[in-house]
Amino acid sequence: MRVVLAEDLFLLRDGLVRMLEAFDFEIAAAVESGPELTKALAELAPDVAVVDVRLPPSHTDEGLQCALAARRARPGLPVLVLSQHVEQLYARELLADGNGGVGYLLKDRVFDAEQFVDAVRRVAAGGTAMDPTVIQQLLARRGVEEPLGGLTPRELEVLELMAQGRSNAAIAGQLVVTERAIAKHTSNIFLKLGLPVSDDDNRRVLAVLRYLDSR
Amino acid sequence: MGTRARSAVVAGLRGLALAVVGFAGSVTLFVLTVLSLAFVLLGVGALTTPWILDLVRHWANWRRAVAAEWCGVRIPAAYRPFPADLPGGVLGQVTRCRLMLGDPATWRDLRWLPVDMTAGFATALLPAALVLYPVEGYALAAGLWRVFTDGTHIGWWYAFVPVSGQGTALLAALLATVFLGVALFVAPALLKAHFQLTRAVLVPADGELAERVRVLTDTRKDAVDTSAAELRRIERDLHDGAQARLVAMGMDLGTIEALIEKDPAKAKEMVARARRSSADALTELRDLVRGIHPPVLAERGLGDAVRALALRLPVSAEVGVETAGRADAPVESAAYFAVSEALANVVKHAGADRVWVDIRHEDGRLRIAVTDDGRGGAAVEAGGGLAGIERRLGTFDGVLAVSSPAGGPTMVTMEIPCVLS
Repeated sequence: MRVVLAEDLFLLRDGLVRMLEAFDFEIAAAVESGPELTKALAELAPDVAVVDVRLPPSHTDEGLQCALAARRARPGLPVLVLSQHVEQLYARELLADGNGGVGYLLKDRVFDAEQFVDAVRRVAAGGTAMDPTVIQQLLARRGVEEPLGGLTPRELEVLELMAQGRSNAAIAGQLVVTERAIAKHTSNIFLKLGLPVSDDDNRRVLAVLRYLDSR
Repeated sequence: MGTRARSAVVAGLRGLALAVVGFAGSVTLFVLTVLSLAFVLLGVGALTTPWILDLVRHWANWRRAVAAEWCGVRIPAAYRPFPADLPGGVLGQVTRCRLMLGDPATWRDLRWLPVDMTAGFATALLPAALVLYPVEGYALAAGLWRVFTDGTHIGWWYAFVPVSGQGTALLAALLATVFLGVALFVAPALLKAHFQLTRAVLVPADGELAERVRVLTDTRKDAVDTSAAELRRIERDLHDGAQARLVAMGMDLGTIEALIEKDPAKAKEMVARARRSSADALTELRDLVRGIHPPVLAERGLGDAVRALALRLPVSAEVGVETAGRADAPVESAAYFAVSEALANVVKHAGADRVWVDIRHEDGRLRIAVTDDGRGGAAVEAGGGLAGIERRLGTFDGVLAVSSPAGGPTMVTMEIPCVLS
């Protein structure tokens, strides 16, 4: 799987390259600025891009803007955005085109190499990987106003993991229950939220986020 | 020569306009003000005076603008600002009257009105006369003299030339040429003299500059105190938080080094703990950064930073932004934290369901309104959150106004003079 990596700090770039290579990714390019990233995305057509939000020369949200522009040019181009902080505002912008294949994670998530690599693979496959912080904020805010259509605490837990972009199998693994139990929980959640069931992972996460979004 | 002639003619016409409009305006306003002030003794004047003094201020401000535009004469205005918590209705009007009459700038305006309608009128009319009077001389020479005389007696005086026939009419034309020559050289200077006269009467005295310096010194002291306190808080947070966690992590790593062969299971447990410590340290640093300068503010500016803030609120918030460009970083930061404090107040005290934030930039001012549908009753009290906002804005000459009747709604308005880039 070919990856374009954009990160301006040498140490982090180097670390990410080594980590991804260790997990059998092919690094098509590792760049350190916005213009270089735009060029690499256009010319190398990678399977997935891993991008830092803040990049030179502007040192603002150049990385995010480049990624969004590249996705406008090539809809569905898988992009995983990394940031020192996560904001719902940016998560929404990434999800806005509804094409899937996006991720938005805190840089800290690379501490757990396997989970991080799993997120990269999920995004490359057209799924989503949203940082738990974003999802928790969404749920917490929602929680104050209404009890999410009367979800049980367990269902809330499942919804949170689902919204991060995990598959039923992964959720089952994390919560140490069978996949069948999770399937039952998810269909209950969809029922209570009034969402049509779909077996497309990406669509179901978008639907969840949309629901949380529509107020 | 061409430009000189043009500027002389322009000065003449402007002088004429100024003389006519200026005289009419100043006389009217002077009479109105004197009447209104006389009626203050009867009580009614207290209601009309602020209104008329407002007109006077507009009038003076218009002349300040004209002076700067036409002749480059800059006349600073130094009206004292009204306090933000001015009540409405009759009581507010009386307070305004008192405040306006206590402002030395008001009395400078009132002194200027009679000066403007006499000396000001003359200095404005002079360039006009110098430019326009020669026209009459030429008209006489061109045959206008026949209207006044049949050539046997003195029918008209052009300045000191008695016009009694074609000969003397030509003499008048000669004098007109002299006038015109003088006008070419002095008309613009005369118009400028008019504005300098205005400036001499309207310019603030040194005492007020001292007052201004005092206010600036106060706000600077506030700013310095606040930032010193902020630095102490940051130092303490770093010391007790991230720094302590990194030390703990270092110790854990040392223990792991010793344990790794003796007791691998225990070492593995400690590795997990060290990783948690580093994650916690990062979280704390992130929170600290958000408290110093929020990342979205740095990346996107005030509008999106407030939008991001609104997304984290537990109440439903609508954010409207109408600004083209970004303000200076310190202004943006002050505005952001002011809005943040105002929203925190809404969440804590207002019991509101909805809140609206409106950010716009107009007339060289950043205007922000935070409105909620809560229970109202908010006030600027010493040591309270709103007083903190006021101090924060004060550093940038910004002002805060709070309208919060019991039962709501509450509207907090902030204004900071600034330019966008």
